[in-house]
Amino acid sequence: MESQSTQKLKNPPKPHNPISELWWFFAAATCVKLLLIPAYRSTDFEVHRHWLAITHSLPLSQWYLDETSPWTLDYPPFFAYFERFLSIFANLIDPQMVHLQNGLNYSSDTVVYFQRVSVCVSDLCLLYGVYRLTRNLDPVRRKLIWVLVVWSPMLVVVDHLHFQYNGFLLGVLLISLSYLEEGRDLMGGLVFAVLLCFKHLFAVAAPVYFVYLLRHYCWKGLVRGFGRLLILGTLVVAVFAVAYGPFVYHGQIKQVIHRMFPFGRGLCHAYWAPNFWVFYILLDKVIAFLLGRLGFKIQAPAASFTGGLVGDSSPFAVLPQITPAITFIMVLLALSPCLIKAWRDPRPMMITRWVAYAYTCGFLFGWHVHEKASLHFVIPLAIVAVQNLDTARHYFFLSIVSCYSLFPLLFESQEYPIKVLLLLLHSMLMWLGFSAQFTKDKTLEMAPSGKNKDSHLGLNRSVTAAQKGGFDIGWVVWSYLVGLLLVEIWGQFLHPIFLGAELPFLPLMLISVYCSVGVMYSFLWQLKHILVS
Amino acid sequence: MAKSSKKSKEEEEIVDSGDDAWWWLVHKGITPSFFCIALFSLLVRVAVSLHPYSGAATPPKFGDFEAQRHWMEITLNLPLNEWYRNTTRNDLSYWGLDYPPLTAYQSYVHGLFIRFFSPESVALFTSRGHESYLGKLLMRWTVLSSDALVFFPAVFYFIVVYYSGRNQRGRMGGIAWHIAIILLNPCLILIDHGHFQYNCISLGLTLGAIAAILSDKDLLACVLYSLALNHKQMSAYFAPAFFSHLLGKCIRRRYPIFEVFKLGLVVSGTFLVVWWPYIHSVEAFFEVLSRLAPFERGIYEDYVANFWCTTSVLVKWKRLFPTHQLKVLSLGATVSTFLPSMIQQIWAPSKKGFLYGLLNSAFSFYLFSFQVHEKSILLPLLPASLLASEEPFLFTWMTIYALFSMFPLLHRDKLILPYLALSALFILLSLAPNRRQETRETNAFRSIVTTFFPFCSLILHVVYLSMNAPQRYPFLFEALIMLLCFSQFTFLTMYTNAQQWMLLKHSNLVEKEKKLL
Repeated sequence: MESQSTQKLKNPPKPHNPISELWWFFAAATCVKLLLIPAYRSTDFEVHRHWLAITHSLPLSQWYLDETSPWTLDYPPFFAYFERFLSIFANLIDPQMVHLQNGLNYSSDTVVYFQRVSVCVSDLCLLYGVYRLTRNLDPVRRKLIWVLVVWSPMLVVVDHLHFQYNGFLLGVLLISLSYLEEGRDLMGGLVFAVLLCFKHLFAVAAPVYFVYLLRHYCWKGLVRGFGRLLILGTLVVAVFAVAYGPFVYHGQIKQVIHRMFPFGRGLCHAYWAPNFWVFYILLDKVIAFLLGRLGFKIQAPAASFTGGLVGDSSPFAVLPQITPAITFIMVLLALSPCLIKAWRDPRPMMITRWVAYAYTCGFLFGWHVHEKASLHFVIPLAIVAVQNLDTARHYFFLSIVSCYSLFPLLFESQEYPIKVLLLLLHSMLMWLGFSAQFTKDKTLEMAPSGKNKDSHLGLNRSVTAAQKGGFDIGWVVWSYLVGLLLVEIWGQFLHPIFLGAELPFLPLMLISVYCSVGVMYSFLWQLKHILVS
Repeated sequence: MAKSSKKSKEEEEIVDSGDDAWWWLVHKGITPSFFCIALFSLLVRVAVSLHPYSGAATPPKFGDFEAQRHWMEITLNLPLNEWYRNTTRNDLSYWGLDYPPLTAYQSYVHGLFIRFFSPESVALFTSRGHESYLGKLLMRWTVLSSDALVFFPAVFYFIVVYYSGRNQRGRMGGIAWHIAIILLNPCLILIDHGHFQYNCISLGLTLGAIAAILSDKDLLACVLYSLALNHKQMSAYFAPAFFSHLLGKCIRRRYPIFEVFKLGLVVSGTFLVVWWPYIHSVEAFFEVLSRLAPFERGIYEDYVANFWCTTSVLVKWKRLFPTHQLKVLSLGATVSTFLPSMIQQIWAPSKKGFLYGLLNSAFSFYLFSFQVHEKSILLPLLPASLLASEEPFLFTWMTIYALFSMFPLLHRDKLILPYLALSALFILLSLAPNRRQETRETNAFRSIVTTFFPFCSLILHVVYLSMNAPQRYPFLFEALIMLLCFSQFTFLTMYTNAQQWMLLKHSNLVEKEKKLL
């Protein structure tokens, strides 16, 4: 018996063709995405359609000046080029789609199908990124990552229901990370520069990239290092030149920058993203309320957090006003431990964690953060999640919290079962996947040690250890997740019954506050693990 | 020692299965994997339900969606004895109830649910042709909940029973695949959640009955199957198989007459309960009964891939024979085609033979009975999906053509996108990683089946979607699709009948061996 089982251990499993399996995962996801085509879509759908029209109907010099619709082009030039590329096909299929005036709010079947399918196709980039990152892993880990990324419910909600191209952009990020993990720093840096020219919000991780590349790639003696710095610098500048060059040529660079950074928009988005500022706002409200009770005269703030267009007046009653500069400094401060770590010990295996951490900081302390931005760290963390039991526990928790925080994006009843089922299915898959992974790891660890001792005793122990070593998330996380369920039940069912139409913002605020506790926890967890590692 | 060897064997399997692509999904046993697959299947159903239903925005008669909604309106607002009667308040020519009472009760319950949230969509008279965002959503949710509450538990019951007593650990991947293939049957999803019907209820009850028979709970099976019959009279497609298998079992017991009597009592008891409001007068009883058999609609409608419709290209049945002769003719053809499989089950009832018997009798009804809908292919498809782990190739083949036979219908309903997506999903499932252990002999026959016919159907799809039929033959493409599917179905049913009889030979051999030993 014993010799048999050890023999089994020695025989390496037959290798599968990973690509065909990855295609299978991707194709299965695509079928579901295609089924979701007629579902709710946000105004972002019209935004992207209008960008098709702008880039197709106008010369390049007008792209960032056009004001035909309120949905002006506010992504960097590469994304505009990408839209220009798509518009070639759009024009072939239905010219009205790319007509500047006639196309406004055009919502025929063709435009819906075209745009939805374009998102599904652009996800190929994500597929390639995941493939690059996972091709050298063992089969179980690899499959787990595919499940987490290719079947990510958050991407389905944001890209295929709400409508955006995050899968594509995150694919570029994953490609860049895969180069860095392989030690091909130059390519990694280059791809990241390209990513920045697609969507500037990814720039939050730029300090990490800068420190890491400087230290890991350029820090090789004075002459060689300087040479490398020069090469890297030239490449990055070249990428930016390709992107912004034409606009510099037309003398519009100021206009482009102005469009890309609309600081007039206020500290928070219409629905507060679950970040640090939620606590700040809440604290302000509580203090104002308490002072009011104590007899102090507190002027109700004239401005709102979300608009922020009302001159200089502060939206806060008591606490000092927050400006973009403050948020910028806060992000850098939060990032600094990670930067120091990256400088002292630049290891390729840590870069994914650091980048994810950087996006977490940006999410928590940034200016006018969207709830969708949580994708920027949840997707890269999926790569890290399979490393050990701790990271898996953390990912399980974080991914549920961030996915739940996206629920308010889909507010119509038709999509309610979809988002709930997506989250449940994802949690279930994660639970099964992680417990399989760690049961297996334990068995593999224990089996050889049992070999030396009394045979059946050792085996006995290894199996019980395997059963114990399954995936257990601990009671704190459990109770937090139960709380999540209560928040949802309150918002969906109890609030309408007990309060009716009163305090309509309360359910949303509850979700924000509750989820921001979770994200804060995740931030601290990541910080701790970066410092300890 | 025994304990430890068992455990080490388990461990061996854990290590051994490192290669298995689905080990991570199934390592916790049947229940969690079933739950996981069920969630995915529900998601797919919800996604399909976003698409249009039959007869959306096509007055004056709309489609099946309006029929179901109208039944809710009728059952909710009229007294029970008016449901099947033509009165001033109930115009039977406008989607009158033509399903047995259980459907009426189900409509009533669903009507209550819908009235709670949207009273105007089930109001008497004024709601005719009612179409609204909320109305559609609520109607869709009634199907979803019926599916989750009836069909899904039935599948779970079946899987547990079917795989009990076998070595589960080694076969978990196969079991999960089987669950997925039953739950993600594209035809059922498209008809129930796209086109709009409640087949999940009657099929779920039938499946429950099948599982009960497999676990030797014959009385429960009788109750469940009678309920299925009372939900949709089409469930009678399975009657020969149930009857013959139970009869075969009974005559092998000690008191055959008593056993048959017991089953008969349970069946008539269930019927009595369901029909209670209608059995007080003969008149009321026949009123309902006459609604259930719409013989006035002719032997075939549209283009169904069955015998009558396909041969009508050459033989104009409707002109050659009056309706009452056609009735006898179709009855004779149906009975003579399901008789062999019945005899086999009475002769040597076996669990596997029962599943084949269900398939064969449902097929003979689909191919030869009076007034068959293209949707009725769902009935033979159910037992075929139960046999999927034995006959994966047969099932894949059958599903693809069953789907294809409904293509014109789904095209009318504007369900092409879900049709394509679900077909793709189904093909992906049948090609799922690590599903290729079956023997892959490549003989001439198989290569024709796997290349030539799919190629034909692919061409037909493209032609159907991109070209208009010639003016002289406006239904040319429909007829071609019908012809192709009919040929496949005929071949399939000949094969499955042969398979069922082969079981006999096999069991004889086993018995002989036993005797020799």
